[in-house]
Amino acid sequence: MHLEIERASKGFGPAWDRTEVLTDVNLEVERGEFVAIVGFSGAGKTTLISLLSGLLAPDTGAVRFDGQPITGPGPERGVVFQNYSLLPWLTVEENVALAVDQVFPQWTAGRRRQQVEKYVAMVNLTPARTKLPRELSGGMRQRVSVARALAMEPQVLLLDEPLSALDALTRANLQDEIARIRTEQDTTIVLITNDPDEAILLADRVIPLTAGPGATLGHSVPITIPAPRDRRTIAAHPDFKRLRLELVEYLLRSAHRRKATLDRKLVLPDIEPEDLSVPRPFLPWLGRRGPIRRSEIQQSTVEVES
Amino acid sequence: MKVLRKLNLAGIVLPLIGVGLFLLAWQGVAGRAVTTRVQDDFGDTITKTVRSGISPDLPAPAEAWKASKPYVAQPFAKRGELDQGILAFTLLSLGLVTQGYFIALLLGTPLGFCLGLSKTFTKAVDPIIQVLRPVSPLAWFPLGLVLFSSVKLVDGSGRTAFGASDAAALFTIAICAMWPTVMNTAVGVRAIPQDYMNVARVLKLSRTKTLFKVLIPSTLPYMFTGFRLSLGIAWLVNLAVEMLTGRPGVGGFLWQEYNAGSYSRIILCILTIGLVGLVLDRAMSAIEGRFKTA
Repeated sequence: MHLEIERASKGFGPAWDRTEVLTDVNLEVERGEFVAIVGFSGAGKTTLISLLSGLLAPDTGAVRFDGQPITGPGPERGVVFQNYSLLPWLTVEENVALAVDQVFPQWTAGRRRQQVEKYVAMVNLTPARTKLPRELSGGMRQRVSVARALAMEPQVLLLDEPLSALDALTRANLQDEIARIRTEQDTTIVLITNDPDEAILLADRVIPLTAGPGATLGHSVPITIPAPRDRRTIAAHPDFKRLRLELVEYLLRSAHRRKATLDRKLVLPDIEPEDLSVPRPFLPWLGRRGPIRRSEIQQSTVEVES
Repeated sequence: MKVLRKLNLAGIVLPLIGVGLFLLAWQGVAGRAVTTRVQDDFGDTITKTVRSGISPDLPAPAEAWKASKPYVAQPFAKRGELDQGILAFTLLSLGLVTQGYFIALLLGTPLGFCLGLSKTFTKAVDPIIQVLRPVSPLAWFPLGLVLFSSVKLVDGSGRTAFGASDAAALFTIAICAMWPTVMNTAVGVRAIPQDYMNVARVLKLSRTKTLFKVLIPSTLPYMFTGFRLSLGIAWLVNLAVEMLTGRPGVGGFLWQEYNAGSYSRIILCILTIGLVGLVLDRAMSAIEGRFKTA
């Protein structure tokens, strides 16, 4: 299993008003890796996950899975969305069963039910399995989302800022869950996050995503802290501060560079002198013509010394 | 006021006061009959009734009740096609409106889905819908008669069981009632969060599965709003259609009583229409509550 993006770029909008979200993105994920991508909000992280999963196609470049270009999303690239995306009229069990029934139609009903129960238990939600999503807390909903993605037994799990919408304590809880699932299941995981600490805690290597627009992936930072990592002792590890500084500096520098330009729009009024003695050529009884203006819009991008 | 609140009777007493005031206003506007008996030159007694008042032909509440009593006291009696008890008429009307309403739903819901799912379809069909939507049932009915002029189902005894006017009636009810369903369903489909569609795509759900497992449950609240509005309109149009065709039902009875000069029963009909409309709306609300999703 080999997931790669090669010189991909993606923009949105019509040709005269285009926003280039991602430019020249290169990424390679091998089997068993845990890759984390850290970036600012709005930099294009969800676009990147959409490219990886196949929900969007890149404008240029290619996204390949096992050497074949991706034509669309599929259960082999499981996605955990930022907004959980649970179907609100289905219970926890039914949400996971939807995925299992779809991906494993050839299994017997009993085996599929076992699969659902196994993954609901894996995320510690068995007591809540008959509840509807609106009766669950945010952390529980996210766990259902993870269970649904895992129950499809994907080859790679794509997590799109799964913990952003949660408070810090629930985040810590779920980070531990993700780490535990990773060691138990040995899945390949690509995690998108805006928290460098989370990335360093969980991942094998961290890649920063520069600030948008036109974001690109920076160089990969391998995490040299040995697993299993404990959030209470990780801060004491000598490499932690170095890695964190490296990541944060890179990100802030890219943002800094972005803000160094200033777009100025100038509208020049251009009033043509007019001979007031000349009447209108048509409908002369309407009176004299008003001043003729020709406006010109000028736009300039100015580099600001910082 | 405080007494009312203490005894928790405000909910009963206040509406009663409102109804009482309304009846007083009615009594004030209604005409009073003055009957005079005169002996004319031939020795015959001539009874002359002169009505006077703000609206002289309008019967007073007591009068209206007296004239309506036989129809209310024996609600299911059948003394003739257009002379039945009020509940018998109601059942006939409900029969027609149910048929028309379900045709409206059957036509409207798929149309709404198509509109919501496809922008091209919307661009092509929306102008037609916007032009057809404001047309009154009174305009559709003659067109229905023309469209279905050749429809004629004869029953065993040779009588026409289902003819052009029945088909036109159903057509009119259906085409007037379907627009709220169409528009609300379309809005509901467009309002489906992109996340659900992404989930369906990642799971590689087939189109039918996406329709039944994601689209329909997600659109159901909007669809039910449309259904409720459509039912209200279907009931309104049903009355108009009955009056136009003169078929037995509350509307037919109303029109007949007007032509016969018995205005009291018009008021009875109006009351019945209002009450049945209210009951239908509440029933729809209850059904909607059962289907609470999304």
